[in-house]
Amino acid sequence: MTAVEEHPTPLGFGHMKRKEDPRFIRGRGNYVDDVRLPGMLHGAVLRSPHAHARIVSIDTTAAEAHPKVKAVITGETLAGLNLAWMPTISYDTQAVLATDKVRFQGQEVAFVVAEDRYSARDALELIDVEYEPLPAVVDARHALDAGAPVIRDDKEGTNDNHIFDWESGDAGRTEEVFRNAEVTVAEDILYPRVHPAPLETCGAVADFDKVTGKLTIWCNTQAPHAHRTLYALVAGLPEHKIRVISPDIGGGFGNKVGIYPGYVCAVVGSIVTGKPVKWMEDRSENLMSTSFARDFHMHAEIAATRDGKIQAVRVNVLADHGAFNGTAQPTNYPAGFFGVFTGSYDLEAAYCKVTGVYTNKAPGGVAYACSFRVTEAVYVVERIVDVLAYELGMDPAELRMRNLIQPDQFPYTCQTGWVYDSGNYPATLRLAMDIAGYEELRKEQEAKRAGGDLMGIGVAFFTEAVGAGPRKHMDILGLGMADGAELRVHPTGKAVLRISVQSQGQGHETTFAQIVAEELGISPDDIEVVHGDTDQTPFGLGTYGSRSTPVSGAATAVVARKVRERAKIVASAMLEVAPEDLEWEKGRWFVRGDPDQGKTMTEIAMAAHSNLELPEGIEGQLDATCVYNPPNLTYPCGAYICVVDVDAGTGKVSVRRFIAVDDCGVRINPMIVEGQVHGGLADGIGMALMEVIAFDEDGNCLGGSFMDYLLPTSMECPSWELGETVTPSPHHPIGAKGIGESATVGSPPAVVNAVIDALRPFGIRHADMPLTPAQVWRAAQGQPFRTDLAIQ
Amino acid sequence: MRVTVNVNGTEYVREVEPRLLLIHFLRDELGLTGSHWGCDTSNCGTCVVWLDGTPVKSCTVLTPMAHGRQVRTVEGLEQDGKLDPVQDGFMQCHGLQCGFCTPGMMMTARWLLDRNPDPSEQEIREAISGQVCRCTGYENIVRSVRWAAEHAQTEEVSA
Repeated sequence: MTAVEEHPTPLGFGHMKRKEDPRFIRGRGNYVDDVRLPGMLHGAVLRSPHAHARIVSIDTTAAEAHPKVKAVITGETLAGLNLAWMPTISYDTQAVLATDKVRFQGQEVAFVVAEDRYSARDALELIDVEYEPLPAVVDARHALDAGAPVIRDDKEGTNDNHIFDWESGDAGRTEEVFRNAEVTVAEDILYPRVHPAPLETCGAVADFDKVTGKLTIWCNTQAPHAHRTLYALVAGLPEHKIRVISPDIGGGFGNKVGIYPGYVCAVVGSIVTGKPVKWMEDRSENLMSTSFARDFHMHAEIAATRDGKIQAVRVNVLADHGAFNGTAQPTNYPAGFFGVFTGSYDLEAAYCKVTGVYTNKAPGGVAYACSFRVTEAVYVVERIVDVLAYELGMDPAELRMRNLIQPDQFPYTCQTGWVYDSGNYPATLRLAMDIAGYEELRKEQEAKRAGGDLMGIGVAFFTEAVGAGPRKHMDILGLGMADGAELRVHPTGKAVLRISVQSQGQGHETTFAQIVAEELGISPDDIEVVHGDTDQTPFGLGTYGSRSTPVSGAATAVVARKVRERAKIVASAMLEVAPEDLEWEKGRWFVRGDPDQGKTMTEIAMAAHSNLELPEGIEGQLDATCVYNPPNLTYPCGAYICVVDVDAGTGKVSVRRFIAVDDCGVRINPMIVEGQVHGGLADGIGMALMEVIAFDEDGNCLGGSFMDYLLPTSMECPSWELGETVTPSPHHPIGAKGIGESATVGSPPAVVNAVIDALRPFGIRHADMPLTPAQVWRAAQGQPFRTDLAIQ
Repeated sequence: MRVTVNVNGTEYVREVEPRLLLIHFLRDELGLTGSHWGCDTSNCGTCVVWLDGTPVKSCTVLTPMAHGRQVRTVEGLEQDGKLDPVQDGFMQCHGLQCGFCTPGMMMTARWLLDRNPDPSEQEIREAISGQVCRCTGYENIVRSVRWAAEHAQTEEVSA
């Protein structure tokens, strides 16, 4: 642990305490469950106990008779409003409340509105639903079997559980390389279903004003503007009469991107009762019904020369999307950005095919800081490279170093067409190895092995693809992935920045103020950042896929530069010189060659609002707006090294050290960057060692509470050792790349590689996550098991 | 039933259902929304408050169990307009991101420091091991508590 240094507020980038913290440390945050409106009612959702069953009847009489119940809403009620089904963000449909059958355990069946949250729950018990259970599709590998129960028989013409096929790369060329390769290795690699599990569950307060026709929705959404448009499209409400307020959010990690049936029910509940309605799901509802992550069944192959030159990678994926295709992906990318499974290596060929299927499980598919399936891509390539190292008898770090894309190859077009913007991969990996003391660790491991102790060293190198769009290629339900920013500078030189992205803890109020400060020389303390309210902020697609800094951060820099140019005109009028005779230094324009003749932003701001005569065509004031449409994704990278000790008797894994060197380009606030890395590394330990949403043969969810879905605590996490390299993004206005998901993406393979490395004396080269004591012990016996199913 | 609960030095008398959880009493009846609800199963610890000086998970305490007793919440950490060093430490060391686990973490940290003014990293980790944070990876929470330990005697903490 390093000592904490004191830092003054920087006039731009640098270490700075967060502007949002004073309210949080006093318990004065404003989360959605903190919202209390006069006359507010409470909603609760009745959920299916079955994974697959026909609904015979629903009797709500007793619930309606409950003295505190104000309304009971069923799918039939919604059907009358044409709201029983809603579109998903993947052009599929999802039942808001089931009408014909239930398709996963935990699916929404009815909604009760009552005077308080306890009464609403009581009334759920009074609803009598008769089900006729149907056989369930639980194992995705059998979803396409002939005779498999058809889950989506609601869709006309659907007679199987197939959703999509998607491919990327050159199949023929890849096959040719494999055919001629000296060494080929294959492995079945599962990235099991996990859940983002933010500590704050999902919820909303809907308030429909019958007089004005205005619908206000407080909702902990990561994408308030996209939600507003979707509500307009789904409910047929005029968009200018919808206001979505996303207050403080208790963590998102992708869980809070989509629209859930509970939100729609709260809206309908408010319309029906004429009162505000709050709906907050409980933890089991969150884990069992909202957006899961991963569930990628991957068959990976790698081709190489005998001396360790990697030539090609090929992956065949079966993607379990659950009962409704609700994955949050740009339209053209049904498997997200999985195409970067080529990793950080200079390959001759690559090919992947992804098949998406329905199963009787919760819908979703992209969440948990995954960067649109980059998580799965990085995991599969980093695992198969390690398997290759095992087969070649090579050191995994050396094998990676041999094959990394070189600094002079950027911009680098990978074999599936993604254009990596910048990086210095060998330097990043070398730094991680130096911090770790890699060679000494290997010596220690050798000595330990000789004594019968199991110590493992795991290496992973990742390249991320973050910051979606450009909108020409990337949209969600037709909404292009670009983001707006508006900047106002008040007469006294204080500023208000309005952005379209929403913070779930990333510290936007601080970081984005620092971007303006860097560009204009106004102190971050004098800049208010407004976000999370569609009536107060410009349109944009929201915060996920590490896109806030790459997209909205760029918008902020650009809008600040526009303001700077306006200030230049005003300064030239004040100083009575031509604009082209002015030079900028942080915070002021001055006359070239005469630095004493200058005007600060504060002086200029007042003058811009005054009676100063401005050149013809200049409007006065300094306010500006911008929509930023990114020309490309940004590609952060990192090298991670994990050191574990494994107890051979119990299978228990202890993470002794974790070294993470990240290159996310220019760091706006290093403290916040490092904090995000810390959190992602803990996620990785969780996924690699503890977390899984598994199912029994009837489709019962086995990860429905925090007693079953295990999250890492302070005891499982070591003290993180961080390092950095800085390779600015050449196309981003401030050279930043985004960091939010890097560690979540990069750490699982590092941990798994370390554990498998520890098990080398047993001749093990792969076992699926989570590497629980039971799984490790079984793997050591040569019998690793399927972690996603209760029955093997 | 009627309960009398002293919260942060103020006595509250309320008519409640016997089944009302303490976390809901604090949040919904008293409007003290600093303590959070996160899991129902006393695993996550976002609801940690003090009951007669001991941290408890208030999602698994019935309000009648707090009858006649003293509760202290995050809203009671600040004394006479001055932040507790723990609060300042969390700001100084970036011990929070989304802020949802923070009140519970700070209540446990204050309890630890009252009993062990100079805890080691390991002792801090053990103290908060019944609570979950999804953002920080715990590193900066540990640093925050250490900061508070090292600045316990300072007169001035930042506002």
